[in-house]
Amino acid sequence: MRKSRPNCFAGFGSLVWLLVVGLPLYVMLVATFQTRPDYAANGPLSFPEHFTLDNYIDDLNSGFAQYFLNTVIVTVCVVGIVLLLVPPLAYTIVRSRGRATTTVFRLFLLGLAIPSQAVIVPMFFVISEAGLYDNLIGVILPTAAFAMPVCALILTGVMRDITPDLYEAMTMDGASPRRVFFQLVLPLSRSGISTIVVFSALQAWNGFLFPLVLTQSAETKVITLGLYDFQTEHGVNTPGLLAAVVLSMLPILIVYLFARRALVQGLMGVGGK
Amino acid sequence: MTPTAALSPDGETVKKDGSSAIGAGRPGFLWAAPAAVFFGLFALVPLVMVAVLSFASWDGLSDPEFAGLDNWRKLLDDPVMIKSLWLSVLLTVLGVAVQTPLSILLGVWAAGHQRNRGVLSAIYFVPMLLSVAAVSVLWRAVLDPNMGVPAQATWLFGDGNLFGKQATAIGVLVFVSTWQFTPLHTLIYQGAARAVPQVLYQAAQIDGAGTVRQFFHITLPQLRNAIITSMILMVVGGLTTFDTVLILTQGGPGSDTTISAYYMYQKAFKSFDYGGASAIALLLVLVSTVISLIVVRLSGYDKMRSTMEGL
Repeated sequence: MRKSRPNCFAGFGSLVWLLVVGLPLYVMLVATFQTRPDYAANGPLSFPEHFTLDNYIDDLNSGFAQYFLNTVIVTVCVVGIVLLLVPPLAYTIVRSRGRATTTVFRLFLLGLAIPSQAVIVPMFFVISEAGLYDNLIGVILPTAAFAMPVCALILTGVMRDITPDLYEAMTMDGASPRRVFFQLVLPLSRSGISTIVVFSALQAWNGFLFPLVLTQSAETKVITLGLYDFQTEHGVNTPGLLAAVVLSMLPILIVYLFARRALVQGLMGVGGK
Repeated sequence: MTPTAALSPDGETVKKDGSSAIGAGRPGFLWAAPAAVFFGLFALVPLVMVAVLSFASWDGLSDPEFAGLDNWRKLLDDPVMIKSLWLSVLLTVLGVAVQTPLSILLGVWAAGHQRNRGVLSAIYFVPMLLSVAAVSVLWRAVLDPNMGVPAQATWLFGDGNLFGKQATAIGVLVFVSTWQFTPLHTLIYQGAARAVPQVLYQAAQIDGAGTVRQFFHITLPQLRNAIITSMILMVVGGLTTFDTVLILTQGGPGSDTTISAYYMYQKAFKSFDYGGASAIALLLVLVSTVISLIVVRLSGYDKMRSTMEGL
């Protein structure tokens, strides 16, 4: 019915935006394949004269391999904690009629409004007092805690859509909450679970503030912090810096290529939606 | 605590033999307890501590001392603090003003099912995947006064040092946030635009309304809820902007881009005034809580039993 005619204004606008989005990405990519003198001489917009992978190799040798590994560890652990704690929580919020559960849910909703910046001072002391300063565990725990409210919200939304009849049928057969959880709730909320995995993984992978304040040494440095330190210490080595930026985003881009839908849904969680 | 029938009285499910099946069927609080404890320890306890510390004087070495309203009084007398609040508001308002129209246009455009739009949308989305740290480092390099794009395009950027003047430095911060977060808001609007009933457009076409009129009289009013959601996210995000400032401008030139969240970080971890920093933090929490409560009320999420509701 509604035939779309070619829309010149939209077509032009979309190309302008493509340029805005693409230009820095182009600068980044071509810079990483240039030698430093070439980049300095030819400027950011020119194409590499002598193609080189040295920037990447140098980065990996100067610590980024370690930072990368640290980020992987943090991400895996954060996702693990979230997967362990949030599904039972969401199940209880949806199914329990207890007053305590309602209070807990309210607290998690309140948690949506707490920016991590706001608690960074006491977090520094809680983690230091616990002897976890400059320890990856000290980064993992608060990162997981701050990913939980959005995950709880996403998962309760999904679990609420399971029809009550299914619960009734299972309870009629005398199924315990544990059986209902494992045989009914978990299988039917797979989409929500993949969304919270993606969301919490992104939070952990891209996290910056907690590592910035809670770690110090090279052994515990995560990749985002590595970028920041690289910039403050060797700011003039632009090709090396940008190669590190590319390394930091590579895994996410690869996931994006193969599982765009899941990733986009997880990202909607970033906005708290 | 164990799941008991007394905890959840419910008359609907009664087993044939007369005994209540509720206890067996519904999870007790114990299921939620690990998550609640964990979240309490690492999010709520620090939040309470922020509130307490905002009334204390503390350098991190000696014991904190109760200082009454001292921190708050000092903040009100601190010209940098007052300036930082204005800058936070300015940055937030500029962010909303730039991102809202842009993401509405992009979102409505991306809601079309044409193939080229799908491909372009996928590219538009890339900035959202990257960490704020990576994006800030990238733009800092691209906009570098000596080696970046401005040095090559002086006809556009003047002396090329965008970080040296307040106006251009704020411009950079707004632009970089827009570059990174427009995809998220575009996504919100895309979803909302696809949910607009097609009948409305068909009726408008029969009445002879063109694309522009359809946009203003159908699409825009139908996006009301999406606009509210997206704006609130922008406001909360804008008020708490930190990484971008730290990496791009370090609050400079001078304190010309020192917004409140960054000032809090400086106070705590550069001048070791943890009490004063906590007061700023509490202020930020209060503001963003009030805003979030408004969203929850407006969107009716707290009353919603199912996301299918209303469909």
